[in-house]
Amino acid sequence: MPEPLLELRGVNKSFGVVHVLHDVDFAVYPGQVTALVGDNGAGKSTLVKIIAGIYGRDSGDYVFEGKKVEVHGPRDVAALGIEIVYQDLALCDNLDIVENMFLGREETSRFGLDEVTMETRARETLASLSVRTVKSVRQSVASLSGGQRQTVAIAKAVLWNSKVVLLDEPTAALGVAQTRQVLDLVRRLADRGLGVVLISHNMGDVLEVADRITALYLGRVAADVPAKDVTHSQIVELITAGRSGDLGIAENALTADV
Amino acid sequence: MTTDTDTASVPSPAPSGFDNDNRQAATIGDSARDYVNRLRGGDMGSLPAILGLVFLFAVFASLNDRFLTTYNMANLVIQSGSIIVLAMGIVFVLLIGEIDLSAGVAGGASATIIALMLIDYDWTWWAATLAGVAVGAVIGLAIGSLVAFLGIPSFVVTLAFFLALQAVPLKLIGSGGSLRFNDAVLRGLSIKNVPVTAGWIAAILIVVGFAALSLWRYRSLSAKGLVHKPLGLVVIQIAVLAVIVLGLTALLSANRAPNPELFEISGIPWVAPVVIALLLFWTYVLTKSRFGRHLYAVGGNAEAARRAGINVKRVRIMAFVICSSMAAISGLLAASYTGKVSPGSGGGNELLYAVGAAVIGGTSLFGGRGRALDAVIGGLVIATIPNGLGLLNQASYINFLVTGGVLLLAASVDAISRRRRSSAGV
Ligand SMILES: Nc1ncnc2c1ncn2[C@@H]1O[C@H](COP(=O)(O)OP(=O)(O)OP(=O)(O)O)[C@@H](O)[C@H]1O
Ligand SMILES: [Mg+2]
Repeated sequence: MPEPLLELRGVNKSFGVVHVLHDVDFAVYPGQVTALVGDNGAGKSTLVKIIAGIYGRDSGDYVFEGKKVEVHGPRDVAALGIEIVYQDLALCDNLDIVENMFLGREETSRFGLDEVTMETRARETLASLSVRTVKSVRQSVASLSGGQRQTVAIAKAVLWNSKVVLLDEPTAALGVAQTRQVLDLVRRLADRGLGVVLISHNMGDVLEVADRITALYLGRVAADVPAKDVTHSQIVELITAGRSGDLGIAENALTADV
Repeated sequence: MTTDTDTASVPSPAPSGFDNDNRQAATIGDSARDYVNRLRGGDMGSLPAILGLVFLFAVFASLNDRFLTTYNMANLVIQSGSIIVLAMGIVFVLLIGEIDLSAGVAGGASATIIALMLIDYDWTWWAATLAGVAVGAVIGLAIGSLVAFLGIPSFVVTLAFFLALQAVPLKLIGSGGSLRFNDAVLRGLSIKNVPVTAGWIAAILIVVGFAALSLWRYRSLSAKGLVHKPLGLVVIQIAVLAVIVLGLTALLSANRAPNPELFEISGIPWVAPVVIALLLFWTYVLTKSRFGRHLYAVGGNAEAARRAGINVKRVRIMAFVICSSMAAISGLLAASYTGKVSPGSGGGNELLYAVGAAVIGGTSLFGGRGRALDAVIGGLVIATIPNGLGLLNQASYINFLVTGGVLLLAASVDAISRRRRSSAGV
């Protein structure tokens, strides 16, 4: 097992009185797809946003390439080489595809924004992802379908020389063909040596592309196992009950403080 | 930036799916069709304002033959100056989806400071102007900080400032009094004109500069196969700009004195170059700078901007600082026009006129859409109404009714086109 690229250790997070994450350990390995699964409200998106630097954490360590780091916002996280595709895509409807892909990291030349470089690189990236469904890279994002928006969001993450990419339910709104494309893309990113985190409610997708599976149950890690060691029904049990046979959280931990 | 491995590691990029891009608007016909589609989809831009301006001109010209005289047109240019500049400032707060109700009185307060510096402290015009703009910037900083850090709605913060700032001129001038504003340079902005030759040179430079820039942009984009306007459209745009700029210069260079035998008035009023310089500067900032891009992003989706690492609070504060600083310049132009500053300066309709101008020009009240040019076009519409009605010797209540109606109309167009945009997805 290689060293993890990114590791969270013993993370706790509360929103007011709601304790959302309990002592969560989470690791992302280079060249592997780690699936993060769990029921609605299990805390997956919250964990992603903590990794993204959007939420602070109440306790626990953030370890990147073996070193403890302090992140104070999305900028620090991007600087580490971590990119996130959010569940609620977070694109600006009034900007076009290129503008969205470079948002916050615009290229400039002596005369100001360097539209030529940005549009060229955006085209190259979209082409390398075999994206053919968008009509023009200069169309506003408001005019795109859900799947096209998803593609733009992923392309935005891939555009940067990133080491870790987290995708929060990237296929939830997609049709069959586009889901296929996104899953292929996820696999290809990992094959390039990136650490990929995939959040999904579709166990078929998870079992197909994931190397590791981390299951969250009510804010606790129920299991962190190689994908080949578990079956479809075991994952479902881990998600819905927090345990499956000898895997999962012991009964007493569950009743302790929920 | 280095080329990223993701694209570099793909030996031969898959055929790009953007063949449409280069075909998309290859001819003027295509561009025209695109434009009509955009209008249908609710993206009206400045079209309503331009139609409104044509309509108002037609009505006033048919009702009074003095309306279209060069003398009155020059007057219109001077009268619209302070509205346009205030509206240009307002565009920045509207862009991020906020409002500044205090901009008018911030202008009044700044103008008071400028007048006091000139009169009581004998400062030169530029030092006094800088002091005034600094006062505006500080006001904007205070408003922006309250909005960004405390999260108070800008409507409430600026309403409070609208009330409180009226105290400044009242205290410094005293009720019923007024400060004269007769500095040669600053008063000259409204009553003096650019020498005719200099005006022509500047006009030609603007046209040539615009043409060179547009063609250069066309060449560099088309050479790289990026999205660009068809050459025909670029040429038409250059031609339209040339006709407007050179036409207005010719109009204003003629002797427009009411009795031309006795004395001569000719040349572009100094207000115009001030407005044009501000227009060019802010257009550059909005379209070519990172800060401008971030303004649009914050107005479009503040959460997306935050996740993209943009300092949303800083952008918000800067928008208010720019707005209030522009309000100071607007207050200066208003004082230059009337020749005095009184306690009520900026406390009247100025603010609503400016908001109306921005919205009529095509800036959205809902954030994320707007240009500096909108303020110019909308400001001309708003200034035309009192100018034309004044020539008709109408009671001033008509002026209020008409302006209120125009503002409501503009806001309706904005709201309706926004609805159509979201249903058409343009
Ligand atoms: N900003 C917030 N303030 C308060 N509570 C929150 C906030 N964000 C999330 N929560 C709560 O935290 C819990 C976990 O939410 P989260 O969005 O992480 O779930 P999830 O696993 O991503 O679910 P889903 O599969 O539905 O996306 C939920 O109970 C949710 O109500
Ligand atoms: Mg979620």
